Amino acid sequence: MLTQSTESHASPSPLGKDGMGRTLVEKIWDAHVVKSEEGFPDILYIDTHLIHEVTSPQAFDGMRKRGLPVFRPKQTVATADHNVPTLNQLQPIKEELSRYQVDMLTKNCAEFGIELYGLGHPFQGIVHVIGPELGITLPGKTMVCGDSHTSTHGAFGAIAFGIGTSQVEQVFATQCLLQQKPKTMKIEVNGELGKGVGAKDIILYIIAQISAAGGTGYFIEYAGSAIEALSMEARMTICNMSIEMGARGGLIAPDQTTFDYIKGREFAPAGAEWDKALAYWKTLYSDVDAKFDSVLTFDAAAIAPMITYGTNPGMGMGIQENIPATNAQPEKEQLSYQKALDYMGFDDDASLIGKPVDYVFIGSCTNSRIEDLREVADFVKGKRKADSVIAWIVPGSKQVEQQAINEGLDIIFEAAGFQLREPGCSACLGMNEDKIPAGKYCVSTSNRNFEGRQGQNARTLLASPLTAAAAAVTGKITDVREFLLEEQG
Amino acid sequence: MILDTRYLILFEMKKFTKLTSAVVPLNIENIDTDQIIPARFLKATTREGFGENLFCDWRYDADRQPKPDFVLNDKTYSGKILLAGKNFGCGSSREHAAWAIQDAGFDAVVSSFFADIFKGNALNNGLLPVQVSDEFLFKMFEAVAKDHNTQITIDLENQTIKIEGQVLPSGEDLGGAESFEINAYKKSCLINGYDDIDFILAQKELVEEFEKS
Ligand code: SF4
Repeated sequence: MLTQSTESHASPSPLGKDGMGRTLVEKIWDAHVVKSEEGFPDILYIDTHLIHEVTSPQAFDGMRKRGLPVFRPKQTVATADHNVPTLNQLQPIKEELSRYQVDMLTKNCAEFGIELYGLGHPFQGIVHVIGPELGITLPGKTMVCGDSHTSTHGAFGAIAFGIGTSQVEQVFATQCLLQQKPKTMKIEVNGELGKGVGAKDIILYIIAQISAAGGTGYFIEYAGSAIEALSMEARMTICNMSIEMGARGGLIAPDQTTFDYIKGREFAPAGAEWDKALAYWKTLYSDVDAKFDSVLTFDAAAIAPMITYGTNPGMGMGIQENIPATNAQPEKEQLSYQKALDYMGFDDDASLIGKPVDYVFIGSCTNSRIEDLREVADFVKGKRKADSVIAWIVPGSKQVEQQAINEGLDIIFEAAGFQLREPGCSACLGMNEDKIPAGKYCVSTSNRNFEGRQGQNARTLLASPLTAAAAAVTGKITDVREFLLEEQG
Repeated sequence: MILDTRYLILFEMKKFTKLTSAVVPLNIENIDTDQIIPARFLKATTREGFGENLFCDWRYDADRQPKPDFVLNDKTYSGKILLAGKNFGCGSSREHAAWAIQDAGFDAVVSSFFADIFKGNALNNGLLPVQVSDEFLFKMFEAVAKDHNTQITIDLENQTIKIEGQVLPSGEDLGGAESFEINAYKKSCLINGYDDIDFILAQKELVEEFEKS
C-alpha cells in the first residue's frame, strides 16, 4: 500500500530577487517560503517530517492538549530506532521505560494517522537510513526530524535539518516551521583520496580543521571533485556529520549518481512523475555567480585515515599524528582540553598507534549502510578479530540487514568473530542494552565521542569503518594502510 | 514590534522580562546536550522531572552520591542563571536539555556562544539564552569566582546584561554591562508568552494556498 506522499511542494523560480544567481540552499528555501515578512522569521513549508520514539511523545501530548489533529499525517513517517534491542528484537523489550516509549509511539501513530515502520516491519531502521533507502528522501525537498543528524538527507540535495520537540509539535500542527534563513558556506574538497581513506575521514578531517563550532549558523554545501566522485552512501556519511561542526545542515547538489540511486525505490516517483521530478531536480545546483557567505577549500590528497582522541568530534587527527599538546591550545580553552584528555586517559603528544582497544562498533546513521558493511566484510574476509576485542556490527535497517545476509556477509562476519546484530541506533548512544562499559575504549564508526555517549565513562574513538575493522583485527589502533599495502605487495 | 494578538490562541509559554539573580558558573567549553542530560534519561514521555538528572554524570558518582567538587553541589552558589563556557548546547537536538535546565530552576543561560538547535529549543520554552562577548563572559566568571553571591541582571526589554556593581575593599570594580542580541520576533514571544504554533496557525490559509500552488 503506497500511503506515503513523496511529492515536493516546491515550485521553482529561476532567479533571485535581484536577478543574481542563487545558491542551492537559496533555491530550495525560496521555493518553500509560505510567507516572508520583514522582522519575522520565514514560514517555511516542510515536505517530509520523520519522527522516532524519543523526541515525539511530548509533541503528541502537546497536540492532544491543544485539541489539534496532525495537519498532514501523510507527510510524516515514523520508525522505532533509538531504544530498540539489537538482539531478539521481536520479543517484548525487556527494559520497561524503553518498551513504554516504543509502545507510546505505536499508540500515537495510530491515533494521529501516521505510517509507522516499527519493530518487525521490513522497512524498520534508523530514521536517517530508511528515508533514503525507501526513496522518501528526494532532491529539492524540505525535511525535518527531531534529531540532529537529519542533515544526512542533504546528500540528495534536500534542505534537511534537526529540530527540537517543540518544533516537532509545530510541524505536526502546521506542516511549517518558523525559520530564519541560514547563512551559506561552501566546502570544496578537490583531488583524489589516498588508499584506505574514505568519506568518514574527509568529514572528520574537515571538523578537525574548523572545530566543533566552525559551522554554526551555516548551511553547508559540499562540492568539488572529491565529493562528486563519492557514492550516495558516502555522501550521506559526509552530510550526516555537518551538525558536528555546529552547522544547521549540509547538502550536495544532486547529479547522475543521485538520480541513479533514487530510481526504482519504494516511494520514489515513477513514470511521468519521474520525468517531471527529474526535470526539476536538474535545476538544483548553485549558480556560478551565486554568493556564499563563506567558502573553504580542502585538498583530498592531504587527508589520512582519521581518529579522534578527545571528547568532541573536532578533536581528531591523522592516525599517524601525535595528540596536540595542551599548552598549544588557546589559553582559555586549556582547561576544557585537559579535561577531555583526562577523560580519555591520553597524554599530550602521545601517539595512538598500538593503543589497545576493547570494543569495536560498526553502525549508526553515519556508517551502517550496505556499502559500509561490504567494505568491512571485504577487509575482514579471511581474517579474525583479536580475542581481546568485542566487535559489533549493527546494520542501519532491516533492508540493510537482509541485503547483507543475501550477499553472504553474515557468514564472513561470523567467521571473523564479528557479531552481526539487528538494526537500531544501538551503541551510538547506548539507550538500549548496547553500552560500552566504564573506562573501556571503543573504536566507533558513529558520530559522537562525547563523554558517556556510548555508556557512562565509556571512551570513544571515532573512525571510519575500515579503521574500526583494522582495530578489531589487531586489537589496537592501527593504520589500515599498512594492511592495504601488504595485500597489494 | 508587537504581534497582532487578535489571531492568537495564546498557548501559555513561560514569560521572561527582567531578572536579577546570583549565578551558577560552569566554566567548561563545548558542553554538549549529552552532558546536560544523558541519553539514558530520555525515556520519559513528559516534559517534567528532568532537572534532577541535569549534568548527572558530572554531578553524581556511580552510587549517585553528589560529587562535592561539582558546582551544582556547591551550596555557596545558587540562582536562576547558568553561566557556561563557549559553544554551549552542541550535539544532540534533544529538547530535554532545555527542559532539564529549566526544571532545575534556571530561567536563563549565559555563554559567549550557543549551538543553534539548543538556542532555538531554549527560546521555544521561555528559557533565555544570552550571548555575550568572550571578554564579558570572562569578566562574569571572574566576578563570580571572587564573590559567589554576585548578582547579575538580565533585562530582556532593553537587551542588556549587567554585573551588579561590586566594589571590593581593594577598590577593584567587578561591575560592568553589555548589550545582547536577540531576534525581535523571539523577544516578543518571550515577553508575551506566545509560541510559534500560535503564530503559524493564525496564518493557516496561507499554508493551504501554498500547498495548492
Ligand atoms: S544512530 Fe546515533 S546519531 Fe544516528 S539517529 Fe541514532 S542515535 Fe542519533
